[in-house]
Amino acid sequence: MLRAQDSSALALENWLAEQTGKGLLRVLTCGSVDDGKSTLIGRLLYDSQLILDDQLASLKAESRNRTTGAEGIDFSLLVDGLVAEREQGITIDVAYRFFSTARRKFIMADTPGHEQYTRNMATGASNADVALLLVDARKGLLTQTRRHSFILSLIGVKHVVLVVNKIDLVDYSEDVFRQIEAEYRAFAAPLGFASLEAIPVSALNGDNILTPSGNTAWHRGAQLVPYLEALDVTEDESARPFRFPVQWVNRPDLDFRGFSGTLASGLVRVGDEVLVAASRKPARIARIVTMDGDLSEAVAGQAVTLVLDREIDVSRGDVLVHPGETPDVSTQFQARVVWMADEPAIPGRSYLLRVGNQIVPASLTDLKFRTNVNTLEQSAAKRLGLNEVGTVTIATDRPLVFDPYAENARTGAFILIDRLTNATLGAGTIDFGLRRAQNLSYQSFDVNRAVRARLKGQQPAIVWFTGLSGSGKSSIANLVEKRLTAEGRHAYILDGDNVRHGLNKNLGFTEEARVENIRRVAEVARLMADAGLIVLVSFISPFRNERRLAREIAGDIRFTEVYVDTPLEVCEARDPKGLYAKARRGEIRNFTGIDSPFEPPEAPDLVLHGAVAQPPALADELFGQLFP
Amino acid sequence: MPQGATRLTHLQMLEAESIEIFREVAAAFERPVMLYSIGKDSSVLLHLARKAFFPSRIPFPLLHVDTTWKFREMIAFRSAMAEQHGFELLVHTNEEGRAANVNPFDHGSARYTDIMKTQALRQALNAGRYDAAIGGARRDEEKSRAKERIFSHRNASHAWDPKNQRPELWRLFNTRLAPGESLRVFPLSNWTELDIWTYIYQEDIPIVPLYFAKARPVVERQGTLIMVDDARLPLQPGETPREEVVRFRTLGCYPLTGAIRSDAADLPAIIMEMQASRTSEREGRLIDSDQQGSMEKKKQEGYF
Repeated sequence: MLRAQDSSALALENWLAEQTGKGLLRVLTCGSVDDGKSTLIGRLLYDSQLILDDQLASLKAESRNRTTGAEGIDFSLLVDGLVAEREQGITIDVAYRFFSTARRKFIMADTPGHEQYTRNMATGASNADVALLLVDARKGLLTQTRRHSFILSLIGVKHVVLVVNKIDLVDYSEDVFRQIEAEYRAFAAPLGFASLEAIPVSALNGDNILTPSGNTAWHRGAQLVPYLEALDVTEDESARPFRFPVQWVNRPDLDFRGFSGTLASGLVRVGDEVLVAASRKPARIARIVTMDGDLSEAVAGQAVTLVLDREIDVSRGDVLVHPGETPDVSTQFQARVVWMADEPAIPGRSYLLRVGNQIVPASLTDLKFRTNVNTLEQSAAKRLGLNEVGTVTIATDRPLVFDPYAENARTGAFILIDRLTNATLGAGTIDFGLRRAQNLSYQSFDVNRAVRARLKGQQPAIVWFTGLSGSGKSSIANLVEKRLTAEGRHAYILDGDNVRHGLNKNLGFTEEARVENIRRVAEVARLMADAGLIVLVSFISPFRNERRLAREIAGDIRFTEVYVDTPLEVCEARDPKGLYAKARRGEIRNFTGIDSPFEPPEAPDLVLHGAVAQPPALADELFGQLFP
Repeated sequence: MPQGATRLTHLQMLEAESIEIFREVAAAFERPVMLYSIGKDSSVLLHLARKAFFPSRIPFPLLHVDTTWKFREMIAFRSAMAEQHGFELLVHTNEEGRAANVNPFDHGSARYTDIMKTQALRQALNAGRYDAAIGGARRDEEKSRAKERIFSHRNASHAWDPKNQRPELWRLFNTRLAPGESLRVFPLSNWTELDIWTYIYQEDIPIVPLYFAKARPVVERQGTLIMVDDARLPLQPGETPREEVVRFRTLGCYPLTGAIRSDAADLPAIIMEMQASRTSEREGRLIDSDQQGSMEKKKQEGYF
């Protein structure tokens, strides 16, 4: 392309140099409904002369019959983008706006005020450097103001500007402003913001937006735009420990193998020794490749391709780090979670968790407490509902590489995904890895599963029987155990009766309790198998989700799902314990097959047809398949 | 980035973000495709894709939905780029529409766009069974775009549900899909028009010459300058094309794309003109102003 060397090119070079010196500030606007967020953003766009002629013309037409400032414009019309919003006059989703001044470029996220949109607010906050928290001077602090402040601190937005808007409607009263400011400072003190500035403004009229307003001569503090231009939010990400989450393995041909990704933090140079965080395998950086040529070093935020000096096993999700500055590698951590789905979060249920480029199955193991987002009070809870915030412990089914969120946002933030619908259910920030898990490294025990198994001369295994009550699970398991024992092998049966009466006697039959019941049984089965035993688990276990959880808890232990497929009519006719009769009479509730569903396995490892053959024959069949 | 500096500039940050998005698509999807519309945003998109995967080639095809009414210079540029960079180029036209001679004059811009662009796109996406389609849309272009996610979910019939978008936090994209569903991915979401131009200048990215001012044959209709790119443009009684020095701020189908009077013949001049400009970029596009909220409606139906 042509690059003219005339004076306009020279002027442009100067102008470009000025542009490249400009930083980027990501701003979030939040606050209650009707506090005037959209009007404020419209005002900022207007004052930075970003409203173009054609937009202005249609805006003036649309502004008739609406509240307007001296310019005759309803600025909120500029921002409320979706048709539904224009009809209802509210903002229901995050919208992004762009403007720049002579000193800075701004990306502004506008988020909704209603409580049901807390998740959208959290979304906007996750990428913000500074938040503009709007308050209507006539109304003072509202529930939403408090909730939004809490979410800001949860997501880690460090800088807040309290914008006391509509100051014109309280006759530019200093007392009103001072009182709101004092009340907010007291409320926000425990939230730990790095900076907090209060500014009285009228977005509609432009007071204290660009220049000091004569209407608020008592205000000695900052004006909004100059304050945002000057605010120092930079934290030197390059000074933090080096983290390189591998995003994509770059392999154009057999001669080149590089690891593409974006430096989450720190700085890396050619020649540096690095480790794969999870495996602790070492290598040196041979090249830092970009299309613009190789670099000698790369810093936080750069997207590059690293080439190592030797062939080691690295794939997407791995994190390259410097030795001596290693992150947590653990299967358990404590975190705070914002729940974003209608279906509640239940401890024990399995979700997919994404941290950096790692995606692993995970479950909430403990809901320590729920925080009331309006009062900040903490209370015990069994589940987390939509827009609720809880402090939880999370267990992953394989070791996860992470940092506490306070130390590194890019390696300490996560989302939770539903395994069936793929919806994003929640988002969270890691407080810290749990010591217990950190020290629990499988290699650290001298006597391990393999040693114990050798001693017993057998391969440990978990055989998980699922099927209706009366299908024949326990009879078959019993025969298999007898035969294993007769052959000198070590086996043990876990069934509903021996577990429900002891370990799980505090559990009822609610959804949460059923999940926890299976989780505990699966954990016990894993421990027993780890001790070298062959474990036969005989549980109705009617739900696919929980059977999958059991398989995941088993980890690398051989796990066989056996479906004892006996039709309901046959089971009910047998009714060895008289339970079906009771259920039919309504004396037992939530009975599987009668008033509670049974989800047949989609891909069981083995199916035994209980109506076709007797238990001894079925036990033989199983034995032949699993213990030849 | 200069050695020793530890902070990225605005454009470097945008570039790195876009590259990360491209790599995410390559890593997380089985059948991605990139929509290539030949305009300046597509040129930037192509440049960023090459950077993202270097030294590998772009690991997915580029798809151009050809309405048959694109400027001739666009088609020539498309071929030149494919040859120069060796990417896989797919071109799709709605053949039923072509057979029925669907055009902007007899069918109106709304119906024409629906048949030759939206429906054609859906045909191509269905035929390719693509699970991710990368587009060059920016959030600063239009109000409903300002609310769209970077990874934006589409159901099995390619529709967008603006009220039920997945929350998108940090850069933790949720790329999981059920069979038949897909995602539209927008690596340029956070770029502005000015960013695009300064980046084209800084990186020396080739663009279609129509962006540069030159004497071209035009007719003026309802205040819009339409270039007479070939003999298919029906001239109204008394209308004769005249040569004017014009250029285009945005490129699409030539009968629906307005030129502006300008003598900005190189990039510095264009950027300077932009700085002083007082009208928004899409104003020259006739299809956006058909009705209030028309872009949002088209997007719900599957338009990009």
